[in-house]
Amino acid sequence: MAQTTDKKISANNHFAEEWVGRIYSTLCVLVLVTTIVAMVYFVASRGLSTFFKNDVNVLDLLTGLKWSPEGQPPLFGALPFIFGSFSTSMLAALIAAPLSFCAAVFMIEITPRFGRKYLQPVIELLAGIPSVVYGFIGLSVIVPFFRDVFPGQGVGIAAGALVLSIMILPTMTTVATDALASLPSGLKEGSYALGATRWQTIYRVVLPTTLPSLMTGVVLGLARAFGEALAVQMVIGNAPFVPRGLFESASTLTSAITLSMGNTVSGSAHNNALWSLALILMVMTFIFVFIVRWLEKRSKL
Amino acid sequence: MKKTVTLIMAIVLTFTLAACGKNTNNGGNASTPPATNSASTEPTTEPTPEPKKLEGSILATGSSALQPLVDQASKAFMDANSGVTIQVQGGGSGTGLTQVSEGQSDIGNSDVYAEEKLDADKAGELVDHQVAVVAMAAVVNPKVNVDTLTKQQLIDIFTGKVTNWKDLGGDDQKIVIINRPSSSGTRATFEKYALGTKTDDLQGSIQEDSSGTVRKIIGETPGAIGYLALSYLDDSVKTLAYDGVAANEENVANGTYPVWAYEHMYTKGEPNEVAKAFLDYMMTDEVQDGAVVELGYIPAKKMQITRDIEGNITKK
Repeated sequence: MAQTTDKKISANNHFAEEWVGRIYSTLCVLVLVTTIVAMVYFVASRGLSTFFKNDVNVLDLLTGLKWSPEGQPPLFGALPFIFGSFSTSMLAALIAAPLSFCAAVFMIEITPRFGRKYLQPVIELLAGIPSVVYGFIGLSVIVPFFRDVFPGQGVGIAAGALVLSIMILPTMTTVATDALASLPSGLKEGSYALGATRWQTIYRVVLPTTLPSLMTGVVLGLARAFGEALAVQMVIGNAPFVPRGLFESASTLTSAITLSMGNTVSGSAHNNALWSLALILMVMTFIFVFIVRWLEKRSKL
Repeated sequence: MKKTVTLIMAIVLTFTLAACGKNTNNGGNASTPPATNSASTEPTTEPTPEPKKLEGSILATGSSALQPLVDQASKAFMDANSGVTIQVQGGGSGTGLTQVSEGQSDIGNSDVYAEEKLDADKAGELVDHQVAVVAMAAVVNPKVNVDTLTKQQLIDIFTGKVTNWKDLGGDDQKIVIINRPSSSGTRATFEKYALGTKTDDLQGSIQEDSSGTVRKIIGETPGAIGYLALSYLDDSVKTLAYDGVAANEENVANGTYPVWAYEHMYTKGEPNEVAKAFLDYMMTDEVQDGAVVELGYIPAKKMQITRDIEGNITKK
């Protein structure tokens, strides 16, 4: 008799737990979803009013070469920013990808114990440095170096890409390390059993099998580079033009937004145009997310 | 319902803006405050002995050029009036004007006249309080051996007609323009009073918003030219005279040096009791001879001339 009541109480307890857990997690999800919907709505409503209220043509914004929102007449050509954002983040990914792949291979395949224990935390430490520090280092070290070595001003896409490549290195390396570590050991052992050397195993078995996961890391890094504002703004020069070279002042979507957002009055055409730039950024990030999802589907072994 | 949505958005925005580091100005706090800042005065339960004790909290947002002054003055004011809380935030002149016009902050700090940014009817609701004057000077890299530029020479430089210092009597060195973004109040002042014309952004020019960064780049880049508020001048850059007139406090005060602007603190309608007391305090000798001078501004009362929004100058 006593036992059954005990059971009943504990069953009731579990029932309550079940509901508490359920309600709590539902609440959390609700907060998340509201946040995301509110964000998207906010940016979209401001960003789209450029086209509806200020009568700016969408195509003019996306393909126009001249950005002069305070001019007479005001011109809103955002192509220089779009070009700047793509070129800096692509170039950064191009620099960082080989580095992060090699770092991951070194940590997992060559010195597994030392690598995972000491090297990985050190690389992940890079992610904890505030972006203003990267920007300042870029401005104090990289820009003067480029100015002395290459013809041009030092600031520009090259400096921006180099700063960004260091910033996205931890993201890429972490994803690559996890991918390499999760590779079933049977694959490697099979390769060794067939007489392949370590290098052959890495080059012919490990890297091709994990390639989709590695690409996920690259795209995540690309998205991070795309959205970074402050560090890039400090080293890229911010002239609203498509530059004639890697070492000439250029501009990205984020740097254009951060430079002018505080100085413009909300509701003005200039301010709305900046929100349109933010909308472009957001759409691009969504596209990056979809690419990651697609790559993840392919990477399932 | 609409209010709730706005509030949620404001909170979300605060977090995102803070996270993505929009903090470009020197100590400028870019995050927009949630739309709640009205005086949180809770009457004390016990009767206060002094009949006129100031209580309440006010929020001042806007210009990062004016922020250090307001910040310092507000600290002294809060020390003297324990019941008062004053929050000072940056964000830029545009933000300050928007927020004071929409009633989100009590005081909007601005480098420019409200009429230049807001619609006429919105600007008409705002009351201007000119607390100080800030002057700007054209500065160049120390290695540039040019000491003075005329108005026409400056126009030629900033419109891209002249691209080499040798055409202005200097060495054979390419001119690198360090400009401000086209929306900046500093740039508006410089264009209006030094150049007399709006200029387009030039290919290859560098744009930075923060005065500290501008000074750093000018100091390091050979052949660089830009402009800075007098409070930012130091040995790392070379200050140019304008039409032969040196940029200093005396020349600004007597009207011979034209490149300066009022620093405005706007309120919507007449200020409330606390804001009025604070604005009055800003004009006292304690602030005008203390913080204003200390931080490199020029006291409003020292000016021997006044200038209206159209640029008409009258002797005091």
